[in-house]
Amino acid sequence: MTEAAQLKEIARNLRIDILRMLHKAKSGHTGGSLSCIDILTTLYFSKMRYRIDDPAWPDRDRFILSKGHAAPALYAVLARIGYCSNEDLMTLRQAGSKLQGHPDCKAIAGIEVSTGSLGQGLSMANGISLALKLDKKQSRVYCLLGDGECQEGQVWEAAMTAAHYRLDNLCAIVDNNGLQIDGAVKDVKGIEPLPEKWKAFGWNVITADGHDFDSLLSAFGKAEEVKAQPTMIVARTVKGKGVSVFEGKAKYHGVPPSDEELAVALKELGANIK
Amino acid sequence: MTIHPHPNPLPSREREKAYIEEFKLAEMIATREAYGETLARLGEINKDIVVLDADLSGSTKTAIFAKKFPERFFNMGVAEQDMMGTAAGLAVAGKIPFASTFAIFATGRAWEQVRQSIAYPKANVKIVASHAGITVGEDGASHQSVEDIAVMRVIPEMTVIVPADGIETRKVIEEMVRYKGPVYVRVSRGKSPVIFDDSYSFEIGKGTVLREGTGVAIIACGIMVSKAMEAADILGKEGLSARVINISTIKPIDKDLIIKAARETCAIVTAEEHSVIGGLGSAVAEVLSENYPVPMKRVGIEDKFGTSGDADRLMEIYGLTPENIAKAAREVIKRK
Repeated sequence: MTEAAQLKEIARNLRIDILRMLHKAKSGHTGGSLSCIDILTTLYFSKMRYRIDDPAWPDRDRFILSKGHAAPALYAVLARIGYCSNEDLMTLRQAGSKLQGHPDCKAIAGIEVSTGSLGQGLSMANGISLALKLDKKQSRVYCLLGDGECQEGQVWEAAMTAAHYRLDNLCAIVDNNGLQIDGAVKDVKGIEPLPEKWKAFGWNVITADGHDFDSLLSAFGKAEEVKAQPTMIVARTVKGKGVSVFEGKAKYHGVPPSDEELAVALKELGANIK
Repeated sequence: MTIHPHPNPLPSREREKAYIEEFKLAEMIATREAYGETLARLGEINKDIVVLDADLSGSTKTAIFAKKFPERFFNMGVAEQDMMGTAAGLAVAGKIPFASTFAIFATGRAWEQVRQSIAYPKANVKIVASHAGITVGEDGASHQSVEDIAVMRVIPEMTVIVPADGIETRKVIEEMVRYKGPVYVRVSRGKSPVIFDDSYSFEIGKGTVLREGTGVAIIACGIMVSKAMEAADILGKEGLSARVINISTIKPIDKDLIIKAARETCAIVTAEEHSVIGGLGSAVAEVLSENYPVPMKRVGIEDKFGTSGDADRLMEIYGLTPENIAKAAREVIKRK
């Protein structure tokens, strides 16, 4: 099996985990978790260096989920790595759970920073990148933003910082699914042309298909070669990707699957129905 | 609260003594100057210290550190929200970031970043904000923070400290390096009298009785501590015995010392260069009302914005004077 095919199989299983935990939780963000899971899969199961038995390994690569509402995607990945358990996944959003509605770095090793309030992750990623450079570490920092999130002013403050300090150990990704809670990003408040904007802010910009593993692997590979500049991968994605009933619908931004929708989804994803 | 032992050394006792001597000889020093000099000295010893500023390094005095350690100084430009997030990231990666700008921008403009990126994850960020209160002077209301203590105090996990003079500022900054967790330290633009001497030892959450007294207790912070001492002199001449207490840690506040003062004097006055809403006065009122209610009065800025003017003149206009503190003391004594 090719690497892309292996990643595709992992992502299929992670989508099943995401939908099962959201269904159990009866709340949470379906669309954005499904649109970014292929990106997370590529990072965690191909690109990133980390130790399964030592989440705090100082030389690890870091991942920051700036669009914190896609927490189920991150939790599914962390459970597969073993930083939390499959049983934990079924406690999502419940009182006393490690799996908070949005990522809490105090709760689970492997979550680098707490996110959820949009627009703040890239600044934190910059801070980590600066510290790694001071310490002469080779580690890389990845930060995933939403496209609606790019409406936050702080994102552009951080964009300037990363370019000014030439953070070539930083690679940010925009999950460009084109939808936000109130509808299409272009209708709510347009952000395009996104690649040109990041370019104008001094970033190396790569456009990729956020559901094509070869495209993502190639983009992350190119990002590693760039010197003296941070890289932004604008990943074109589909909200709710992988399940017909959720695909391209803003409605499922913050709505979990119903019983019927879960059944359809599991069938489409080829899950073993117990 | 846990104080974590810090592996990094602090200046030798001799060096510290010599430094304190310098401050004492100065007699008057702005707490922001003490901050800048202390930070630069600690930077020599502790290589984990990094400093961020938002285009005000000349005013906040972080420029002293920047000049000595340019590789560990990050100017974030006019972008306070980004500065707080970047500081959080540096802390997560093991650094000890000090983030500085004017108090209004650190706590107002970037409040949510302080809450989400720093306090919630308990990131080891030290926010040291200068130009607090109305003594900013000529720049006027837009730059005069009268709300910062209130808005920092309400955030869970946040420690809030207002040093009274240059020596206490130095001791506070040293303790900030040792303590692991988010802290807000408020320093001032204008020079103020040196109150403490070398023997003073700062501990988070511990107030200090600067003058014993039995008729009333004046609890103050920051530049109002020296005004409180003057007020006690005025009252003394009238035969009224006033205790003066410095509460530099507004949170966690020294409840025991406040309750003891209430029990022994039965009359409390608070004095701060901050709104009477939400600051030291409110914090003391919370302690008293739940534990040992006695007559009290808050001296501070009466729910108003600041205005342009000479700092000393503004202190008179807003009633932040020894005379006004003494007047408040007479009132609470009458209400006993």
